[in-house]
Amino acid sequence: MRLLTHNMLSSNIKGVINGFPLLIEAERVVEKQVDFNLDFLKNMFSKIDWKALADASKTMGYDELPDEVPDPSVLDSQEFLQKFHHALLELHLEEGALVYPETGRRFPVNKGIPNMFLHEDEV
Amino acid sequence: MASRIAQIRLVSSHPQVYEPCDDSFALVDALLADRKKLLDHRPTICMEVGSGSGYVITSLALILQEIKTAYYFATDINLHAVRVTHETLEAHGVHAELLTTNIAAGLEKRLAGLVDVMVVNPPYVPTPEEEVGGDGIAAAWAGGENGRSVIDKILPIADNLLSEKGWLYMLFLAANDPLQICLQMREKGYAAKIIVQRATEEESLHVIKFWRDSDIRMEGNEAVTIAKNRGWEFLLSQLSRLSFRR
Repeated sequence: MRLLTHNMLSSNIKGVINGFPLLIEAERVVEKQVDFNLDFLKNMFSKIDWKALADASKTMGYDELPDEVPDPSVLDSQEFLQKFHHALLELHLEEGALVYPETGRRFPVNKGIPNMFLHEDEV
Repeated sequence: MASRIAQIRLVSSHPQVYEPCDDSFALVDALLADRKKLLDHRPTICMEVGSGSGYVITSLALILQEIKTAYYFATDINLHAVRVTHETLEAHGVHAELLTTNIAAGLEKRLAGLVDVMVVNPPYVPTPEEEVGGDGIAAAWAGGENGRSVIDKILPIADNLLSEKGWLYMLFLAANDPLQICLQMREKGYAAKIIVQRATEEESLHVIKFWRDSDIRMEGNEAVTIAKNRGWEFLLSQLSRLSFRR
């Protein structure tokens, strides 16, 4: 599971008002190289929740992103783009869990695949 | 030479997972038929709901391989299917973000309006309602009354997830009443076209492509009001404008 995916995942359990972001419990993180694409990054920059990405990246062991939402002018900085690219697309959570902080509900992640399946009473 | 679509010999399997069959092939044939349009469309985010063996999402990823910006999601309610999908993708050297979940639960809020291409081979077989749902292999085909139970759940979710330029490729049986589905989608502002139609011994399959059409959206409300007053004949005359081709 890449961090772009994590940024798009929210907990949809009954009764939960704002199920985003899910906390990451990282047991195994793997780095996989992905081709850099400027258009994709620029496209995604406006759609992601920055704080969730920065926090998640730190949890995954990559602490190079600014904590606060950067000004869009950073998209002209090659240095920033490389870090953004690395955090968003090249860090994979292979084993661990996604946790909803309020209730502690865990969604296990195995072989990079989160299991978001809810039981009947949670829907 | 890289393969254009998934190769059967590289598709993984599991006793509880639906193997690629006529319906899977029809859907991939539709994507192949639309290959040039898809490449010109330059989709950013693509998704398959109900990936099963991974045959379709793998084929989509291979078809769109030259678009480096594509990001793929695939979901299945069946844990084994998601694992098999993972193996099939790996065997072909392509990647998708996978989720074990019901339709798109977990992604619906944040991914709304962001999916440029969505592909679905739904559980379409008419079965007793009790057989619908669950997370075993029957979830791959059990569709309840007229085979519409799960289809009718998926369509509004697709409508929510699809971007302005989003395309939905979905497979139906004649028994699912695809005409009525197209009318329903038209009310939401979608044009529709049959890309592949195939009759096997047991089934009559239709792969239909839906896309948002601003003209339809504007006149859609008007047409529905008039249709309610004038009834069936008016609807039939409007259908010819749906580019419903054989």
